[in-house]
Amino acid sequence: MADASRQEKIAQLTDLTRRMRGEILEMITKAASGHPGGSLSAIDFIATLFWHRLRHDPKNPTWADRDRFILSKGHGVPALYAVLAHRGYFDASLFSSLRQLGSPLQGHPVNRFIPAVEAPTGSLGQGLSVAQGIALAGRLDGKSYTTFCMMGDGEVQEGQVWEAAMSAAKFGLDSLVAVIDANGGQIDGSVHEVMPSEEPLVAKWEAFGWAVREIDGHDFNAILDALAWADERVGKPKMIVARTVKGKGVSFVEHPTKFHGAALSKDQLAAALTELKITHDAAGGAR
Amino acid sequence: MSADVKPVATRQAFGEALLAAGREVPAVVALDADLSKSTKSELFGKEFPARFFQCGIAEQNMIGIAAGLALSGKIPFCCSFACFLAGRFETIKISVAYSGARVRLVGTHAGVGIGEDGYSQMGLEDIGLMRTLPEMLVLQPGDDVEAHAMVRWLVSDACMQPAYLRLTRQNVTRVHGDGYHFDPRKIDPLADGKDVAIFASGGTVMHAMTAREALGREGIAAAVVNVGVIKPLDAAGVRAWAERVPLIVTAEDHNVIGGMGSAVSEAVADMRGARARVFRHGVRDVFGESGTPESLYAHHRLDAAGIASVVREELRASS
Repeated sequence: MADASRQEKIAQLTDLTRRMRGEILEMITKAASGHPGGSLSAIDFIATLFWHRLRHDPKNPTWADRDRFILSKGHGVPALYAVLAHRGYFDASLFSSLRQLGSPLQGHPVNRFIPAVEAPTGSLGQGLSVAQGIALAGRLDGKSYTTFCMMGDGEVQEGQVWEAAMSAAKFGLDSLVAVIDANGGQIDGSVHEVMPSEEPLVAKWEAFGWAVREIDGHDFNAILDALAWADERVGKPKMIVARTVKGKGVSFVEHPTKFHGAALSKDQLAAALTELKITHDAAGGAR
Repeated sequence: MSADVKPVATRQAFGEALLAAGREVPAVVALDADLSKSTKSELFGKEFPARFFQCGIAEQNMIGIAAGLALSGKIPFCCSFACFLAGRFETIKISVAYSGARVRLVGTHAGVGIGEDGYSQMGLEDIGLMRTLPEMLVLQPGDDVEAHAMVRWLVSDACMQPAYLRLTRQNVTRVHGDGYHFDPRKIDPLADGKDVAIFASGGTVMHAMTAREALGREGIAAAVVNVGVIKPLDAAGVRAWAERVPLIVTAEDHNVIGGMGSAVSEAVADMRGARARVFRHGVRDVFGESGTPESLYAHHRLDAAGIASVVREELRASS
């Protein structure tokens, strides 16, 4: 049920993610390389998490009781950088340094450069194991924080993911919440073409002992409900399968492979910003 | 060498040292991948079940979990055979080394010393792989005394980097006396000599000491230097030996490519005015095979007779 405050949240998220979509595409085009498709598919979930669920403190990013988020599909990091800047972890002026020599905004996330990044990712399949270690440490220390980990639906082709799926269930890690940004595409084709055993995702994770919920990953109402569901500690790790659209939000970017790892040209970017109704003021700020 | 002390495998010493560390340092935790009886992490696991994570036969996940634990303030000892840890190199590269997590990777049953199980279980490239990772420490004790000292150091605040600890399956004779003090910045000269310096590490240290005695009876004065800390290598210490003696022979139970001998060679290659040349002795870029540890050490000339004969050959080749 969407009450008035829920409607307000959704309106705010809708506008924020519209603007961040523009920033994501701009920083990738400026860098002339990067992954627009998987950033745009993930931004709605990551934004909802950082505005309405994570207990965190940008002024104290290593706060011991903070909730943790690991973007295991590290190539979607422009979405995370956009969110972190808006939440106050660093200045948005850094966007233009993405992927440039000396920038903390590496092509894939690196914890040693940005404290809010919990672990280096991008070599796919590793994040869920690290997230699990963080969750186990929290349990040992009697802390109540939750550890979130977002993977891609191509990423779960990695065997390590299923090793982690086994052990998280064994350890009954109900402070661990995984999300699959199921956008259906990967570099060489649709996920189904590349490795046609990807589905049924829900049944697979259930069979591994997880509590699973499947949602529309662009429906803020559904994301908020899923995050509330994930807070119930039921002795099992949780999986949210978020069905998403690669490149979501810009009509011509919405494609399973075309903009997986290719920056938009300057003309394409201009068209995308127009479609997103983003204009720049004299000071260069986006609206 | 201490003939009155029973030889003990460095993995056994590790297991006891880990238990002792666990009693003193609450942040110490351990993980294993279905080999805890062999790696001796079970000694810790039995006393501290809540701090011990049995991860099953899934090493890369175990390594990632260890990284997460370390990033949250724990000091995880992540245990398996050297072979099976090195096999998960990319997870070590990113989740451990690049993250800067204070993980202690513990690879036991190193080298051909594992014996009968054969090549598929032999870690013969692990030192080389770990050495290529920035900030990764690479440690290999030559006896139980050094193994205990290394574990104490690894749980101390003086050591915050990721580390790899390489241990033997087989028993080794104690080479350190009561006055021994572990210094992670220094190579460890065990015996002096002017004609040749034998640099040994891990399972070959005791054999190098025995080889030295045999060589001494022939009038060859051989020094023995234990290289317990392979990375960061005490390059200044190595260079001092390269100025003192005309020949350095490295002896290790590892492929000659990438191991301790490579590290020593690199240090000497980078110096000006070296007197010594370096001969790398070890497993000579061949696959291992099944056999008793003793027969394999003899076959690869890593036992005392083998090391002595290699030294003689290289001295002759030098003259």
